[in-house]
Amino acid sequence: MTAVTIIITVLGITASLALYRVIFGPTPWDRLIAVNLISSKVVMIMVAAAVFFERRIYLDVALVYAIIGFVSIIAISKFLESEDTDRK
Amino acid sequence: MIAYLFIILGLVFIFFGTLGIIRFPDIYTRLQTSSKCDAAGAVALLVGLMVREGLDSLSLRILIILVFLLLTNPVASHAIARSAAIRGIKPWRKKKKC
Repeated sequence: MTAVTIIITVLGITASLALYRVIFGPTPWDRLIAVNLISSKVVMIMVAAAVFFERRIYLDVALVYAIIGFVSIIAISKFLESEDTDRK
Repeated sequence: MIAYLFIILGLVFIFFGTLGIIRFPDIYTRLQTSSKCDAAGAVALLVGLMVREGLDSLSLRILIILVFLLLTNPVASHAIARSAAIRGIKPWRKKKKC
């Protein structure tokens, strides 16, 4: 049981727990919060894998994933803000 | 040793942040725990990984990712809260016994 196994296991289990809020969330904003959390955790998993497995390419993938997650969160929240999208 | 201390601190923050996501009753309270989980947990975990790696080009790239996460997570949280407040989501109140 090495350190990287513990880190990736804890992050994966907490991401699966946050997936509960994505599926059963009452409003779209709850789902958006949980998706933001899962995206951040995937970035952390990639950085841990890059450090412990000596694969430097994972850090570039993690940075691009963080940028895409941020832009998508901003875009979806701006979309939900407009009044004419009739949803609950 | 210090690196693993930081990593354990980050994992504890992340675990309790996710517990708050599941248990809390409202959008705004969930957003508060999510923001704490992102900021404190991610920063502690990445600082621990940087300390374990030492001064290197890899640790410099981790620093870039850390600064990017620190800049963008509050902006995303504020955008979600502003969008929910504009659409008229009321904050949660504790029900009084009558």
